[in-house]
Amino acid sequence: MSGEPRLIATASQTVGPFFSFGLTTNLALGIVAPPEAAGERIHLRIRLVDGAGSPVPDAVIEIWHAVESGECLFGRLGTDADGVCTFETVYPAAGPVNTREAAHVNLCVFMRGLLRHLYTRLYFEGDAAIETDPVLEAVPPARRGTLIARRDAKGASTWTFDLHLQGDRETVYFDL
Amino acid sequence: MAASSTGTLRGSQPPLLYPPYKSGALRTPGQPLIRLTRDFSDFTAPVYGYREIGAVDADLTRHHAGEPLGERIIVSGRVVDEDGRPMRQTLVELWQANAAGRYAHVVDNHPAPLDPNFTGAGRTITDDEGRYRFVTIKPGAYPWRNHANAWRPAHLHFSLFGESFLSRLVTQMYFPGDPLCAFDPMFQSVSDPAAQQRLVSRFDLELTEPEWALGYRFDIVLRGRNSTPFEART
Repeated sequence: MSGEPRLIATASQTVGPFFSFGLTTNLALGIVAPPEAAGERIHLRIRLVDGAGSPVPDAVIEIWHAVESGECLFGRLGTDADGVCTFETVYPAAGPVNTREAAHVNLCVFMRGLLRHLYTRLYFEGDAAIETDPVLEAVPPARRGTLIARRDAKGASTWTFDLHLQGDRETVYFDL
Repeated sequence: MAASSTGTLRGSQPPLLYPPYKSGALRTPGQPLIRLTRDFSDFTAPVYGYREIGAVDADLTRHHAGEPLGERIIVSGRVVDEDGRPMRQTLVELWQANAAGRYAHVVDNHPAPLDPNFTGAGRTITDDEGRYRFVTIKPGAYPWRNHANAWRPAHLHFSLFGESFLSRLVTQMYFPGDPLCAFDPMFQSVSDPAAQQRLVSRFDLELTEPEWALGYRFDIVLRGRNSTPFEART
């Protein structure tokens, strides 16, 4: 047995530059948790930067995360001219599968130039459970900080997270 | 079924960086991806979140007052996982250029006409056999600035979810016999010839409706829960 699947998955292709009228017109997908959802209401300000330090204005960012009920919530936005998109949601629960996981948000990134999407994660600064999170343990210590969002000085409910595609501060991306 | 695979897993997905595709130079991670095992990952959590699908969302020729210009086509197929199981009730999104090769997008400055009767975005949900069906018009080829005299082959963009984020797929469907595929870095980034051919739809006379529209079949295979990680495929 080679362990190979019976069928082979269809190849990925880039989302390209012209997706917005098809994928990101529904701004309601920026409100990840409905208003009645239990939990602390937060904003996630995600900024995407390329290898030259320029903002990426034409990316799709999808996020999903667990909440206390065990439900998984989904959001999707396009980045703006500053490479930014801001999701509104509630502070997530830890992983539904492994209870050692710290609270986190999963991200999937698509853009022109990427032939395949990227997977990464966002954790929250100050969460003690970060120290024992098994996913972060798989990441070299020097790079763990690239996965941790910081509280915005301007608003306590806003967390900022910079995604770097390349360079000294390149964000960790995962192969699943 | 038409999607049944030949060829090998290796080369069935594009590499993260394929230098002939110039846009990747500043946008592709330089560090290797970090492999995660599945047991502590909620990447396998079911994801489905979208507004309701409208009655004509899958018919891109009926989104405006008049009919769009171009060759009317039916695009249909089955969505299955690597074990051949139908992906039921999964969202399929489609977007494309118009018949002249122009996108209804503000940054597309290709000097070809916009069509007031065509936007080029649709969505549908697969049925219990994993089948989907769109009615649209055949998109035109268009130039881009990747290299001298670069033209994208006619293509439809597809986005699918499957049963978890592991199976998430964004891809492009091409048309049979298109001479531009041989020169297209996107198409050529998939090195296995069999995997390339699986991106090409098949003209289907049975799907074709007399006096009305040509039929193209495009079957899609999504990653299953236990499949090989992306990097091992390249």
